[in-house]
Amino acid sequence: MAVAAAGAGSGPWATQEKQFPPALLSFFIYNPRFGPREGEEENKILFYHPNEVEKNEKIRNVGLCEAIVQFTRTFSPSKPAKSLHTQKNRQFFNEPEEHFWMVMVVRNPIIEKQSKDGKPVIEYQEEELLDKVYSSVLQQCYSMYKYLQTLHLQSCDLLDIFGGISFFPLDKMTYLKIQSFINRVEESLNIVKYTAFLYNDQLIWSGLEQDDMRILYKYLTTSLFPRHMEPELAGRDSPIRAEMPGNLQHYGRFLTGPLNLNDPDAKCRFPKIFVNTDDAYEELHLIVYKAMSAAVCFMIDASIQPTLDFCRRLDSVVGPQLTVLASDICEQFNINKRMSGSEKEPQFKFIYFNHMNLAEKSTVHMRKTPSVSLTSVHPDLMKILGDINSDFTRVDEDEEIIVKAMSDYWVVGKKSDRRELYVILNQKNANLIEVNEEVKKLCATQFNNIFFLD
Amino acid sequence: MGEEDYYLELCERPVQFEKANPVNCVFFDEANKQVFAVRSGGATGVVVKGPDDRNPISFRMDDKGEVKCIKFSLENKILAVQRTSKTVDFCNFIPDNSQLEYTQECKTKNANILGFCWTSSTEIVFITDQGIEFYQVLPEKRSLKLLKSHNLNVNWYMYCPESAVILLSTTVLENVLQPFHFRAGTMSKLPKFEIELPAAPKSTKPSLSERDIAMATVYGQLYVLFLRHHSRTSNSTGAEVVLYHLPREGACKKMHILKLNRTGKFALNVVDNLVVVHHQDTETSVIFDIKLRGEFDGSVTFHHPVLPARSIQPYQIPIAGNGFCRGVSAAVLPRGCVLTMIFGSHIKSYLWNLQVKLEPIVNLLPDKGRLMDFLLQRKECKMVILSVCSQMLSESDRASLPVIATVFDKLNHEYKKYLDAEQSYAMAVEAGQSRSSPLLKRPVRTQAVLDQSDVYTHVLSAFVEKKEMPHKFVIAVLMEYIRSLNQFQIAVQHYLHELVIKTLVQHNLFYMLHQFLQYHVLSDSKPLACLLLSLESFYPPAHQLSLDMLKRLSTANDEIVEVLLSKHQVLAALRFIRGIGGHDNISARKFLDAAKQTEDNMLFYTIFRFFEQRNQRLRGSPNFTPGEHCEEHVAFFKQIFGDQALMRPTTF
Repeated sequence: MAVAAAGAGSGPWATQEKQFPPALLSFFIYNPRFGPREGEEENKILFYHPNEVEKNEKIRNVGLCEAIVQFTRTFSPSKPAKSLHTQKNRQFFNEPEEHFWMVMVVRNPIIEKQSKDGKPVIEYQEEELLDKVYSSVLQQCYSMYKYLQTLHLQSCDLLDIFGGISFFPLDKMTYLKIQSFINRVEESLNIVKYTAFLYNDQLIWSGLEQDDMRILYKYLTTSLFPRHMEPELAGRDSPIRAEMPGNLQHYGRFLTGPLNLNDPDAKCRFPKIFVNTDDAYEELHLIVYKAMSAAVCFMIDASIQPTLDFCRRLDSVVGPQLTVLASDICEQFNINKRMSGSEKEPQFKFIYFNHMNLAEKSTVHMRKTPSVSLTSVHPDLMKILGDINSDFTRVDEDEEIIVKAMSDYWVVGKKSDRRELYVILNQKNANLIEVNEEVKKLCATQFNNIFFLD
Repeated sequence: MGEEDYYLELCERPVQFEKANPVNCVFFDEANKQVFAVRSGGATGVVVKGPDDRNPISFRMDDKGEVKCIKFSLENKILAVQRTSKTVDFCNFIPDNSQLEYTQECKTKNANILGFCWTSSTEIVFITDQGIEFYQVLPEKRSLKLLKSHNLNVNWYMYCPESAVILLSTTVLENVLQPFHFRAGTMSKLPKFEIELPAAPKSTKPSLSERDIAMATVYGQLYVLFLRHHSRTSNSTGAEVVLYHLPREGACKKMHILKLNRTGKFALNVVDNLVVVHHQDTETSVIFDIKLRGEFDGSVTFHHPVLPARSIQPYQIPIAGNGFCRGVSAAVLPRGCVLTMIFGSHIKSYLWNLQVKLEPIVNLLPDKGRLMDFLLQRKECKMVILSVCSQMLSESDRASLPVIATVFDKLNHEYKKYLDAEQSYAMAVEAGQSRSSPLLKRPVRTQAVLDQSDVYTHVLSAFVEKKEMPHKFVIAVLMEYIRSLNQFQIAVQHYLHELVIKTLVQHNLFYMLHQFLQYHVLSDSKPLACLLLSLESFYPPAHQLSLDMLKRLSTANDEIVEVLLSKHQVLAALRFIRGIGGHDNISARKFLDAAKQTEDNMLFYTIFRFFEQRNQRLRGSPNFTPGEHCEEHVAFFKQIFGDQALMRPTTF
């Protein structure tokens, strides 16, 4: 399904050829100190994907990586190699903790052409992969290791570099109501240490620090929420416990933890997460509770085991309030949309990212599904965005880059005080000045409440 | 019972007067709240004391027989004395007017005067057993002019001075009451109404006793209060007070029933819009507040006592040389707002005002929402409410967040009502309605209006200082107050936002702060933007937040330029000012200084060239004028780039 989706995305440009997106070939973690002597090399390997690979080949691959890193270290002692480009694939190296190495091998995208005699000819597209995208992905793998996330390498792009958080736009009063709700719940369920609140898979409030939220957000939006989409669609109009007598009708349910609170043997097992507070890792249970489109994460110290009683109490305290709140938010959101919705669909798409609060906004991406993030633009354009981003990273100063891409497309990148904006315009016969004017107009309408230099 | 438990007390300064005896007659006038002590029919002196005035009025008058009733008109202008059942005598107390007495006989033949009431400084009503007569007194002519009269059989009457309404009891059962309203020379008859008498044994004739009726203004509305005694035939659990609302227009309607749950003798007072019911047998009192939520049965609201019954706080009167003497006999004058107790001490009697003490009530009423409803209606409530707020945020008596939210909501509801009234008044004044409409009055700010500065000064600023408070709670309370203000659409003052920021910064909760700012929970203002700028060294994103805020204010462009220049972002500052079209008025020297400081020669060149071009455009020459004080920069430019790099004047 994943391949089909990506293939469909590139449909108009691939009439004669078959395209294969980049794919994960292998992923492994090793520590050279664990098997320094000959014959004990296997001990170095902590994790190897795919596991079916023969032992000796595993050892060989790890040995090769070790050698490459050692070798490049002689040229740059403080910054050893980050990636190795070959014709067929690309390897990425990351040492997140001393002597612990994570390696990811990605196959380059392939185009399969028909040669004149009808035989298929495979062409590896070595230049299509962006180092920065995949080394970011690898770094996130380390952060996400605790969440056991699956990788979707066929759909990585600029957003994966940012690792941003999409915030739900909300009016002040509804926001304050949510604040009030969180404070009250934390008061009445006092083992709750941190709370995060999301609506429509977008963040509204995080009690966690920014870096921890970034990882949790990634886990929620790319892994947990997509997995629960199907049951939600099926049971939207039937609250789960509506038939239970004496229970206030509400739509609340646990996404992690017990599925059925009436079952006395229900398991109250929650995923554990680690957050970084004051330089020490803190272990927490993650309870995710959802009513309609509003999801709340409650985090409890791992030393306390939440009981079924606690879950029932949480359900009775949070369920009704969250149901009301969720419909309030929905109502407010629709009012705001109606007020600003009169404008017609603009003829540009953009990606915005603010390094300061990790806020991202994209009109390029469609809703993320469990396996793919769908983009509505051609991969070539996405690659240009990645290239512009690499340019931005090199210098510290504000700058602006305008690129004329194929078939009437223009790509504009702007960087101003830790904010980045990428705009894709499609205007027939537009010139540089007109494109510049369009972007100015966009900034004035979309970003008039922030200090964003033209 | 601890002393702090009494919630009713007597006023500090009672009116003191000689005890009534055969030679000394004592009268009380409710309208002016004056006590008259008449000795020997006035021949040996009349002393008039009021609760407010320190200086008693004393005078003599001829002893023309026993005095039945004596009252001053409003403002003590004219004295009226009733000595016979047919006539009332008058005496002017206006300077330059004759002080000779003059007399008015009632007009109705064979009628007996039951009493009289002053309705203004020169208008008086005679109540006779056959009706009422309304007169205007003409002091300079020493005569009276009949304005209006009405005939009907009267058993007894009652007068409520605040609302100028006289209530007449008619019919055999005495239970049909006829009200009259008086205003500026007019007398209007209001619809009569009947008091339902409780069923009584057949042997006794039921009738409405004057003692069981009172009239009082409660929350600006006139009520007739009827004390319905417990009857054995009905299954009620005790006596009740029935409140009949007497509107200016329209019929009288039974509105409230106060359940006393006791039997025996009672006396009523209205103090600070509370109905106080004293029970003689137990010597305790209870209070009722008709604005508090009661049980509504579709037509009448039933109320229970707000608080458990308590005695009035005992008052000890110091007597020289003899220690203290406690009052022995007490009597309550049933009607009106004044409770008078006559303490049978050795020689003196006292007239007191009854007061409600609010502090003890705080601990007697555990439901904080109800407590707030109660306190907000009281006259002297401000400090007590503030202390309740402080208390609920204290470590020992900490209330839960929903309770705190309720209290804030109630405060802000009152606050908002006042703000709205102020605003519509201001708008009416602006529209010039003030002259045309006499009804337009500036809204009175009662003590129940607690604004943000009150809450900040007396409650929140001390609360956030408390080290032992968990910061989570502190922030939750501050956010709850801000939420409440927003809910009532009250603009939040910046010092509250500063309090939030201060607390968050103290606990290194910068990311929370960032989120609050992102959702504009903390409103934009220049002080706030400056505060954020000062936080940059602790939290780098504060710089961006501050700039965003200044941008949104749209009145802070100068500040934005200053901020950028201080960060050596000279080009950004210049682009910004050009973007808003202000680049023709900026000081070249300021920008050149900043550019020079960066030690980036190319940047200096760019900035210098920009101003040369501006000079060219504005003045036709790229040179700087002496007034711009850029000589050193020109010299610096020449030194780096050489003379030939200067822009040549273009000639047309």
